[in-house]
Amino acid sequence: MSAKPTRQSRRPRKIQATAQFYDLRLYVAGQTARSLAAMANLVKLCDEHLEGRYRIEVIDLLEHPQLARGDQIVALPTLVRKLPKPIRKLVGDLSNTERALVGLDLRPRAPGKT
Amino acid sequence: MAPSVPKSPTGIQGLDEITGGGLPRGRPTLICGGPGCGKTILSMEFLINGARQFGEPGVFLSFEETVEDLTQNFASLGFDLRPLSARKKVSLDYVRVMPSEIQETGEYDLDGLFIRLGHAIDSIGAKRVVLDTIETLFSGLSDTRLLRAELRRLFDWLKTKGVTAIVTGERGDGRMTRHGLEEYITDCVILLDHRVVDQNATRRLRVVKFRGSTHGANEAPFFIDETGISVLPIASLGLQHRVPPGRVSTGVPDLDGMLGGKGYHRGSSILVSGSAGTGKTSLGGYFADAACRRGESALYFAFEESAAQIVRNLRSIGLELEPSLRKRLLQIHAARPTTSGLEGHLSAMHRLIEEQRPRVVIVDPISNLISVGTSVEVKAMLARLIDFMKVRQMTALFTSLTIDEGHPEGTDVGISSFMDTWLVLRNIEMNGERTRTLSVLKSRGMPHSNQVREFVLTSRGLKLLEVVRHQGRVLVGSEREAQGGGAVAARRAARRESRR
Repeated sequence: MSAKPTRQSRRPRKIQATAQFYDLRLYVAGQTARSLAAMANLVKLCDEHLEGRYRIEVIDLLEHPQLARGDQIVALPTLVRKLPKPIRKLVGDLSNTERALVGLDLRPRAPGKT
Repeated sequence: MAPSVPKSPTGIQGLDEITGGGLPRGRPTLICGGPGCGKTILSMEFLINGARQFGEPGVFLSFEETVEDLTQNFASLGFDLRPLSARKKVSLDYVRVMPSEIQETGEYDLDGLFIRLGHAIDSIGAKRVVLDTIETLFSGLSDTRLLRAELRRLFDWLKTKGVTAIVTGERGDGRMTRHGLEEYITDCVILLDHRVVDQNATRRLRVVKFRGSTHGANEAPFFIDETGISVLPIASLGLQHRVPPGRVSTGVPDLDGMLGGKGYHRGSSILVSGSAGTGKTSLGGYFADAACRRGESALYFAFEESAAQIVRNLRSIGLELEPSLRKRLLQIHAARPTTSGLEGHLSAMHRLIEEQRPRVVIVDPISNLISVGTSVEVKAMLARLIDFMKVRQMTALFTSLTIDEGHPEGTDVGISSFMDTWLVLRNIEMNGERTRTLSVLKSRGMPHSNQVREFVLTSRGLKLLEVVRHQGRVLVGSEREAQGGGAVAARRAARRESRR
């Protein structure tokens, strides 16, 4: 599994007040259940909250171990928000959407929405 | 020796002795202690020595300092890490875990760290690994249960990688490390300590446990100087050293006469004790001079007087040290004992002795060293210094200032057992005059005189006068001259007059 191409959302929704572009990088190690869960959770989250303004790059450290150093990766999976600045790191499989949204500085649209 | 687990030498002086050869090979060792106790330096030296001396490349994973900081700090200690990094002998990496940057969003593990470390190990073929200080992870990640499980997995994984690892940990309340790493690292645990005793900062090292191996269990002093870490095991080097044949002159023919006519045994230790002004330095100076006359090198440690002062004073009793100093046969190192801790002094002495490899060493006086340490450790360290010289077959003369004129032997009992020959100098006050005397309290392995001889310092050297008995008493000073009578006595009287 190498870097995936940009994935765009096709559902046009309300334009956010702060329409920043999100450059995201997901680090995983192999196609483990946890890696796959993290990817699925991330895509879902982006589709729902960042339509049309995100890019996801998935890096498998089993294939590119030398890349762990640059982004200071210790735990896996780790999602690195490269843009907007400042850099944020989300550790874990993103199953806790609330925490993931807080980590990305995204407020959920409606309370209780998962 | 009993079979023991295989070991990786640290190359750190003294530490390999205490551990009987180094750290357990292929296993993690925990090194713990408070801030500033020397964990990082010890770990780095283990790595550098591995790369330089033992052909074992190493990975240093720092959780606290950036690679630039590490490189700079060790450069100031005299270790240049850059060429080792460039030649892929050492790999440095900084693992930054900032709590402010990290949000936990679900399940995770530390595979990222494993992959990073594994990649570093594989890319240089590392045999040694240092993780300094891995407990920093606990400040960045909140799931302590998971971290503990992962660290246990990490240490097991390091074993399967076959690397000899050092894991450092900060001292915690009531236990060795804050997060109880000692529960997972059970092969070898070393505790470092940095404390201040009597205004002197002292560092201590103790091997708390070493599975499958005997080890020194005592605290050993260590110090950090421009050559890195040196540990001084309190335990002695053992008594297996070879004894060199032959005898060496004391530099005083009369004294040689008292010692079976031949002087000290080569490679022995000599203690010259006495109160102030009894001629200890003079005996030391003559002994050094005799060595230089034989063409042997001598090293003189002066803890009371400057080199120039010693040369001047000895000149007044007919000893000219300048030529030997010029030929560099004789080296005088003068230092105030209080300028550095006892450990520092002993380390400096070790180093100078190692560098110059003298045949004869004089320590004048050893009692001044005692003044900077507590006596138990002083004895232990002196024992070590003495053994150190014996193993190198050097003949060493120590002077010792005794305070108690009545029982000069009493104050030196602690160190005298290490000594092969013990000369006692005394000032006797009798009939309104002071007279110096010299006696041989003991001298192992040789017939020696049991007499108390009068000891005179003249402008033409040191003399021991024959005993004159009169009515069952030994006569000294003017009394003996009166009794001895004749030309000899007159000559002595004249000489005596001249030195007053």
